[in-house]
Amino acid sequence: MSAQLLTYLFVGASFALYIGIAIWSRSASTSEFYVAGSHVSPVANGAATAADWMSAASFLSMAGIIAFEGADGARYLMGWTGGYVLLALLLAPYLRKFSKFTVPDFVGDRYYSHTARLVAVVCVMFISFTYVAGQMRGVGVVFSRFLEVDINVGVIIGMGIVFLYAVWGGMRGITYTQVAQYCVLIFSYLVPAIWISIILTGNPLPMLGLGSEMNDGTGQYLLDRLDGMTTELGMTAFTDGSKSTIDMFCITAALMAGTAGLPHVIVRFFTVPKVRDARISAGYALIFIALLYTTAPAVAAFARINIINTVEGISYTVAPEWFHKWEDSGLVAWLDKNHDGKVQYRGGAAMSPAAPNFTGARGEQGQRTVSNAPTDNENELYIDRDIIVLAHPEIAKLPNWVIALVAAGGLAAALSTAAGLLLVISTAVSHDLLKKTLMPHITDKQELLFARIAAAVAVGVAGLVGIYPPGFVAQVVAFAFGLAAASFFPVILLGIFSTRMNKEAAIAGMLAGLVFTAAYISWFKFIDPAASTPAHWWFGISPEGIGALGMLLNFAVSFVVMRITPPPPQEVVDIVEHIRVPRA
Amino acid sequence: MENKNKYWKANLRLMLSLLAVWFVVSFVCGILIVDWLNQFHLFGYKLGFWFSQQGSIYVFVVLIFVYVWRMNKLDKAFDVHEED
Repeated sequence: MSAQLLTYLFVGASFALYIGIAIWSRSASTSEFYVAGSHVSPVANGAATAADWMSAASFLSMAGIIAFEGADGARYLMGWTGGYVLLALLLAPYLRKFSKFTVPDFVGDRYYSHTARLVAVVCVMFISFTYVAGQMRGVGVVFSRFLEVDINVGVIIGMGIVFLYAVWGGMRGITYTQVAQYCVLIFSYLVPAIWISIILTGNPLPMLGLGSEMNDGTGQYLLDRLDGMTTELGMTAFTDGSKSTIDMFCITAALMAGTAGLPHVIVRFFTVPKVRDARISAGYALIFIALLYTTAPAVAAFARINIINTVEGISYTVAPEWFHKWEDSGLVAWLDKNHDGKVQYRGGAAMSPAAPNFTGARGEQGQRTVSNAPTDNENELYIDRDIIVLAHPEIAKLPNWVIALVAAGGLAAALSTAAGLLLVISTAVSHDLLKKTLMPHITDKQELLFARIAAAVAVGVAGLVGIYPPGFVAQVVAFAFGLAAASFFPVILLGIFSTRMNKEAAIAGMLAGLVFTAAYISWFKFIDPAASTPAHWWFGISPEGIGALGMLLNFAVSFVVMRITPPPPQEVVDIVEHIRVPRA
Repeated sequence: MENKNKYWKANLRLMLSLLAVWFVVSFVCGILIVDWLNQFHLFGYKLGFWFSQQGSIYVFVVLIFVYVWRMNKLDKAFDVHEED
């Protein structure tokens, strides 16, 4: 069967499964809609958290980034897993004991302030919309590449599916769908990785294969081989980094604290029955996540080796099929600088600007020509990093069903994250904005209706952003993590660990962290992007890592302000004492 | 009250020692001294590279499970555990 037919089959079957779960798990009250009635088992919540957390970025982009950046990719690997240690030890058990529905709920009650709650609502909306736009786009890309439908049709199909189980099923529907989606995504990530690991090293575990000897009788370690290949071609050796130590440190710290402060992750820990369950559930979640994260560097290294082996020095006309197909999709480009008709893959960007602008014409070998200026290095090849996970089964010549499986996995990753984010957005509107602030007298039934309407509107907006992506989507991801690190993480942490922390300090700290981080990122991303070089950055910290500094600023401002303002009222101190012990 | 304070102190001690390990495997071994560690090898891995792309993640998982195990014991010892 063709890859396309198989993809229709796999994607269709997985969608039927998600819809079936949605119908089975309809939510009937706000408690079920917001937190699945707090009846979810810790293992199921762990799997759901893993699917919620691992987005199109983790599934599709991360291995590609590592493949081309090598050692520098570690900031994502450590940052996006280390955050779970913070979450498990510092936040999850206490927030579960607090036992409300949302993150703004905690901020509003702990800081006895509507202003604090509203600041939190704005942050939640901003972070979640930023994030969801990328997911919808990811759905569209997978559809267009593998099912050969228009990207927009893909986005609309994705919206329809999410609409069904998020609006109908609420958190209950989302939770059980996410469990299924986790199974689909991890299976489809591991199968090709294991397969290629066996081909290259003979070791069936990709995490060990990465540290093993090549299977070709040379006895050379795989990573040594790859380092040799990359250095020989004038690229940075795979196991060497090119980012400065301080920047790596700050980016990793910002990603960790940001992960722990992301509202759609935190809210998952409201769905388990007990404090004890919240603790262990974070452990299960991290095991499920680590399975993909420890495989990703192996996928990256295998793909890099296979790419170099299959295209470097080869005549364009006899290049493998995947090369031509991805060139047709505009994600691979070849600029024949020395007119020898052969692909020359070297270090540095092949053209300027780095991403190709196709002219629509074909060159002498049949390649798509570009209007970019050639750079003066020898590299002739542009490969978009996002294609690595989707393309590596083809590059390694695996059978069609594996390729189809990866498409279904990519969709599962994007849809599960989108649904979790949309729920957080709808809850922020119906619960925090309407019930707790504007319309306190509505009944549970009315609140549930508002929650459904808000979810439906949010799905629509997310779809529109996916169809008409604002050019800055990629840049604003740094925003989401930076802002979560600089706003929520310190405020929640101090809210639990300091009884002296008061409303004035929380609001001042959140605003200081937010304004500082947002200003720094905006300056280098939008106002003066040309100046975004290590020489101009403060202390050499890139906009990606500035959230770490914003977080320190938040802590510092909070400490000063809480010393010079009145302590919180006794009933708030009682709340803090109460959430610190599991039974009280 | 006395009991609660002791429980909280024990909790903080456990938490801080686990976070110290968390910091050492990721920020120290994976970032600050990664180049120095890279002179050593673990099978085909340079040691620093292994910490930053594999080892730290395994340690994170272990840390959470140690925390769960020790906290459950602590809850029982101070009689603040949840009823089944």
